[in-house]
Amino acid sequence: MSATNIDDPRVIEFDVRTDEMLINMGPQHPSTHGVLRLALRTDGEIVSDLEPHIGYLHRCAEKIGENLTARQFVPYTDRMDYLAAMNMNLGWALTIEKLLDHDVPEKGRHLRVLICEMNRIASHLVAMGTYGLDLGAFSPFLYAFRERERILDLFEKACGARLTYSYIAPGGATADLPVGWTTECSDFINQFKKIIPEFHTLLTTNAIFIARTAGIGVLSPRMAIDYGCTGPVLRGSGVYHDLRFHGEERYTELYDGYEFDVICADSETGKYPDSHQEVYQDGLEYPDVPADTILGDCWHRFYVRMLEVVQSVRLIEQSIAKYDACTGSHGEPIKLTQKLPVGEAYLETEAPRGQMGFYVVSDGQSNPWRVRARSSCFSNLYVTAPLCRGVLLADVPAVVGSLDVVMGEIDR
Amino acid sequence: MSEIALVTQLKDKFGSGIVAVEFDAIDAWVEVTASALIGVCSFLRDVEDYHFDMCNCITAIDYLHTDAKKAEKVDWAPHIELVYHLSSIATKLTLVIKVKIPRWKDEAAQQLPEIPSVAGVWTTAVWHEREVYDLSGVNFIGHPELKRILCPDDWEGYPLRRDYEMPLEYHGMRGR
Repeated sequence: MSATNIDDPRVIEFDVRTDEMLINMGPQHPSTHGVLRLALRTDGEIVSDLEPHIGYLHRCAEKIGENLTARQFVPYTDRMDYLAAMNMNLGWALTIEKLLDHDVPEKGRHLRVLICEMNRIASHLVAMGTYGLDLGAFSPFLYAFRERERILDLFEKACGARLTYSYIAPGGATADLPVGWTTECSDFINQFKKIIPEFHTLLTTNAIFIARTAGIGVLSPRMAIDYGCTGPVLRGSGVYHDLRFHGEERYTELYDGYEFDVICADSETGKYPDSHQEVYQDGLEYPDVPADTILGDCWHRFYVRMLEVVQSVRLIEQSIAKYDACTGSHGEPIKLTQKLPVGEAYLETEAPRGQMGFYVVSDGQSNPWRVRARSSCFSNLYVTAPLCRGVLLADVPAVVGSLDVVMGEIDR
Repeated sequence: MSEIALVTQLKDKFGSGIVAVEFDAIDAWVEVTASALIGVCSFLRDVEDYHFDMCNCITAIDYLHTDAKKAEKVDWAPHIELVYHLSSIATKLTLVIKVKIPRWKDEAAQQLPEIPSVAGVWTTAVWHEREVYDLSGVNFIGHPELKRILCPDDWEGYPLRRDYEMPLEYHGMRGR
């Protein structure tokens, strides 16, 4: 093959050498879910390497925590995972209660389950809607946000805020639910239950959606654990682990007497639990797992979230009944200047995006000596690079979107 | 968790590498020396009865009172404590490992204190250790790419140190 002889076009084609290209994706890219920058090294259409750059929202909340009392720090937890602020509040509240050895009354316990599962639905709806957007489907986003608005309306009635609630506080909650709130909540749940199948027709069983997500970004269970992935990312790989079942007693006792399932494909049959039949007594069928998906791919991570929404519906129905049957106090929050005992406590809770941990070290003052927030998305995002190596450039948003990261929580 | 069995096993294997054990604390912890850290971590990950396959969190706590009067009242000398929160998906156990290291390797030359990296034991530690390096200033020996992660690359100082002072200016932006 002579370089001077270019009569045959195939020779030219063969001779063309393409260089690796560096592409900067973000931090303002719409599919990076906030201010995440991905430095991509591409070989043609194939991503050969990727490095996430984070820290654009870094406020050093841990340092702020050293200068505030335990009660004052609650609004800062809102701003970590701002799509599931109630769950962040709960994590902090339980950690402080663990250090104080303080128990919350029965009514407060059911209130917490009710509120946190509502927030889990709201959070998973955003995950679903924006994942559709990432892959070019606009309508699911509108349907998801329509339902989420109703949840936010309910939260607004309970605590006055729509995003940063500061509702659950160490000791209990800032206020009891208003009269008639649980009735409105059941109305919403009854109506919402009927809508869930619509989401499945919009995305889960959509042929284009399956083509974009099946077999993409496959995360093995072993790798998921080694990379510290938690939440739906871990369970999407078929690891049976949910802190609501397997966590510390102080957290699992919240869910004592509740019936729900850990959403995770059975390691042998590959089947998901079918307890949604109880929610849909009219015989509504759930979509089967498509044949071309692989356990641990983007589709499974998405599906786990969708099934978790149904489990949250079950939990909410039970908690409304339990809450309504309770009398007495919902638990008064601790004093603003409450002194913390000398010691340290670490507690992880199952937030919608994974295991959110708080660690408090106290030297006996009302300000903690050290505050640490273990972010679930921080560990989940780290797995992006190995998952994206070798995929097509267009599949990078599919992988990042399936991990469902929130930058406020990663950067803290 | 059969705590006594674990302590006996650890002490048999690592001897003086195990500094202190506290199972009456809110979260049970074991303090080890920096040189024994990798051995203890690999052992805890691999031994069948415990199988700590998940490294949940790595924290550095700076023990220093900048106020001389307060420093007199405490019974510890300034140091940094590294805390590793471990858990197991297989056995659902949790354990805390602590390591105490000096605040500086050489304070005059601003050389950071050193500790072996556990990134070879749990891959997730790569980012957690980068964060600790970035915010608390600890040099992890054997880490594959130890660089800042949350702060910009040219940031000065380690914000979570107790004697950290917020810069007055950063690239023309007023600090405070």
